[in-house]
Amino acid sequence: MGLQGWRNVLALKTSKNNNRAAWQRAFPVPLSHSQITRLYSRFHSLDKGENGALSREDFQRIPELAINPLGDRIINAFFPEGEDQANFRGFMRTLAHFRPVEDNEKNKDLTSGEPLNSRTNKLLFAFRLYDLDRDDKISRDELLQVLRMMVGVNISDEQLGSIADRTIQEADTNGDMCISFSEFIKVLEKVDVEQKMSIRFLH
Amino acid sequence: MASSVYLCLLRAVFLVCFVNPLIQGLSGDANVIQNPHHQLEENLTGLPIVTFKWHHVRTPYLVIIWVFVAGLAKLSVVELNHHVTSVLPESGLLIIMGFILGGIVWGADRAQTFKLLPPTFFYYLLPQIILDASYFMPNKLFFSNLGAILIYAIFGTCWNAATVGLSLWGCYEAGAMGNLDIGLLQFLLFGSLIAAVDPVAVIAVFEEVHVNEVLFILVFGESLLNDGVTVVLYNVFDAFVALGGPRIDAAEIFKGIFSFVVVAFGGSFLGIGFAILLSLLTRCTKHIQIIEAGFVFVVGYLAYLTAEMLSLSAILSITFCGICCQKYVNANMDEKSVTTVRHAMKLLANGSETMIFLFLGVTAIDTEIWVWNTGFILLTLLFVFIYRIIGTFLFTWMLNKFRLVPIEVIDQVVMSYGGLRGAVAYGLAALLDEDKIPEKNLMISTTLIVVYFTVILQGITMKPLVQWLKVKRAAHSDLKLIEKLNNRAFDHILAAVEDICGRIGDNWWTRGWNRFEENYISWLLMKPKARKNRDYLFSIFHKLNLEDAINYVSEGERQGSLAFNRSDEAANVDFKKQFGSEFADVMPNIMVDMSNYELGIEHFSVTSIVKDTIPSVSLDIHGQDRKNAMDDINAHHLLQQHLYRSRKHHRHKYSRSHFSINQNEDEVQEIFQRTMRSRLESFKSAKMGVNPAKKITKHHKKELTHKMPNGHPDGTGHLYGDEVEGLCMFLPYLIEAGIENPVFLPDMDSPSHSLPWLMETEAVAPSQRAQRRLPWTPNRLRRLAPMRISTCSTDSFLMADVSLTLEEHEEQPQTDHEEMFIFIMLKHFFLSTFEVNRL
Repeated sequence: MGLQGWRNVLALKTSKNNNRAAWQRAFPVPLSHSQITRLYSRFHSLDKGENGALSREDFQRIPELAINPLGDRIINAFFPEGEDQANFRGFMRTLAHFRPVEDNEKNKDLTSGEPLNSRTNKLLFAFRLYDLDRDDKISRDELLQVLRMMVGVNISDEQLGSIADRTIQEADTNGDMCISFSEFIKVLEKVDVEQKMSIRFLH
Repeated sequence: MASSVYLCLLRAVFLVCFVNPLIQGLSGDANVIQNPHHQLEENLTGLPIVTFKWHHVRTPYLVIIWVFVAGLAKLSVVELNHHVTSVLPESGLLIIMGFILGGIVWGADRAQTFKLLPPTFFYYLLPQIILDASYFMPNKLFFSNLGAILIYAIFGTCWNAATVGLSLWGCYEAGAMGNLDIGLLQFLLFGSLIAAVDPVAVIAVFEEVHVNEVLFILVFGESLLNDGVTVVLYNVFDAFVALGGPRIDAAEIFKGIFSFVVVAFGGSFLGIGFAILLSLLTRCTKHIQIIEAGFVFVVGYLAYLTAEMLSLSAILSITFCGICCQKYVNANMDEKSVTTVRHAMKLLANGSETMIFLFLGVTAIDTEIWVWNTGFILLTLLFVFIYRIIGTFLFTWMLNKFRLVPIEVIDQVVMSYGGLRGAVAYGLAALLDEDKIPEKNLMISTTLIVVYFTVILQGITMKPLVQWLKVKRAAHSDLKLIEKLNNRAFDHILAAVEDICGRIGDNWWTRGWNRFEENYISWLLMKPKARKNRDYLFSIFHKLNLEDAINYVSEGERQGSLAFNRSDEAANVDFKKQFGSEFADVMPNIMVDMSNYELGIEHFSVTSIVKDTIPSVSLDIHGQDRKNAMDDINAHHLLQQHLYRSRKHHRHKYSRSHFSINQNEDEVQEIFQRTMRSRLESFKSAKMGVNPAKKITKHHKKELTHKMPNGHPDGTGHLYGDEVEGLCMFLPYLIEAGIENPVFLPDMDSPSHSLPWLMETEAVAPSQRAQRRLPWTPNRLRRLAPMRISTCSTDSFLMADVSLTLEEHEEQPQTDHEEMFIFIMLKHFFLSTFEVNRL
């Protein structure tokens, strides 16, 4: 972290420490103050343009993402429809999907709206990675694209095609050759999504 | 039911007719044993044709008779099990069986001739159980939960010992037990021996219950590792008792704490040392394959005995010996030896487990040891039970603050209920010195009652409890393709988000260790051949194929068809060509076997080609069941083999300080190049005003193929000559500056770096092969644009598109953009790499 980053953290600490409640209210994300501070400094160090928002290029500069087969899809997830800038709020919203589900949240009724890190929302995040055209269906082509990203080159298109077919078959219950979100939830009901889509943020 | 009754009867008859006379003979013959020669001489009136030499074989005979009886007991228990014991656990039934046997012996002898003596237990029965447990330990699970396990094992056990001891002492002082000759230190000594959860009992009970793996590893790991603590506590308090209260000062207490460190870590390191010895040994046992399996047992036992000799924790020693050697031993030894070890280990462990429980029952039928003190016994039971619960919840509450997946309340209940005490506690109690502890027998009988209570009662109620609480069970369903795909996708997503957050991840140490392990330890402890064998793809390929072949044959035979014997010649040849030549040296016998079966891969490609011609997937649904199943399995293989691994799966290739990518990792290069290409795509389409989101694969390909200025490298070369020149200067500088990234090393497409199966596929899809030959090297940079674009096609058929030259001029400006873009991306990448390096 550069000097700038530390300065930001310091500034944040001194200015915002007092009105923590307001700070929490500003973000729809129940993260702790130190977590937010930490992520804020990371946000700044990513923000090479220093304009308070991240562009796609900013993300693409992260070297590990270039060798992550889903890297660009995940970058896309930070940019909701049509936008090409992600501010800190949006950044946090996206990251909040990966907060582990805590015990007291599990039993909470959903009066206050479903939290971003609920099982459904975690799954929705994954679903959106496939669903490029946002029609709430994973078509065969969309699946094929993701498969092509995730498998090595030495698997032929025919083989990949039949894998895609079979995958859709497994999930498709209404026979429209697409995987809808409800089908997606249903077919993955045995997978421990809460665990597999959670990152332990720093304490 | 009839058969089990019959068996019981048979056994009873056997005992009465056979064992009892022996025992009686044994006790009656005491004088004979003392003077056998004398007797022989007296009888020597002629040449004896047959002599009865009971005393010669007495000890081994009795041992083997008991082993035989234990085997029969187990048999009858298991037979009973079908009918009665969905409710009763085997261990409990064996103890009850022990009661009966003990009753018979006692009835015949009026004294308990056979007892579970501590030396027998600790030297002959316990080691193989622990070795088995550790040798088959799921290492990944164990080490990823090691923190929690250690907390429970160390602090949980200390907590149990202290609270039970102190509470009992408090109650004694309050007068709840009447008049006993026990002091505070003796209470604490008793607390320390009763505190430890017993591995044998835990394995026995939990194996039948099938709780989820995390819960199992927590209880089981705790029971294995708490031995270090138990031994130390026991020894320390034993010494304190010997010293007497007034002579204990701060120095002695400090020495006690220090001895914990020595005993626990010393035992562990000793075990690791023996594991290294064992691994090295199996490296060079190629020519004595028949006995190499024996080394595992011998060295494991040596580890145990050596630790015992040095008064270190023997259980920890053999545990770590098993845990550490399993990987290398399994890789080094012949497959047959591995199987031998597996079966022999299970045989020994299961056998001695049976013996232990049986003798726990037999031991009880003895008037000598029973001293009843209602207050002491009931209070012990109560405290053991209650403090286990409190301790579990207390430590779990603390742990849950740090755990990614908190341990749920239900799991905590099962954990506290699973605090079974067993033979280790009894062994320690029986080892007490009667001179120092006058109430030894009371302690033994209390320990026995605690053991019976926990193993029988809690064992019986464990299953219903688990069902009633709806504890998450171990999942046994096979994965669906989509689950597999998504699991891998989740891994990638997590890795990406971790990178975005700038977190190195939870497993920095794991990664560093794995890298070290990969580079040095494997090199030292594994045969070169085994290392080659260990390749991820190959091992999966190998395992699945074996499984498949077996399934296929049995499936075929079950259906009464032997059709698979008439294998398709062509397909087999193809198969062999693709994999056989590469791996013929490492798996010759398997190749021979496989050539007899019509195996998965061909099957798959045949159906998939057929399917491709038919626009729907209905073929699968209406196809033969068998074919469908095979197809299913094959699709799984294919996906499993080819899905890119997430960083989680090859963490060892990363380190904090270097952004170095593993040299063998062609995947990384592929992904990197793809990413760059797709970024280029979106960059291009942004310029051209095309919406990239709407593109589908076929389009994508065609578009790219069109833009292929095949064989015109110079056209672009001098337009951007300066740029290229600049970067040419830039690149070598960077490389010399210490980038350890093989993507950018000049020899990236040398054959030594290519995976064999990639080589083989060259003939099938040249364009795919070409993808890996990106000219990142400075001297070939001039050809960057054309070469790169030629790689865009993933479809070899479209390569032959003829309209290329016509469109070439129109596409020219675009390629310039592309080139620019590539440079920009490269610069980004280098700069960020540097940043990472500096961090």
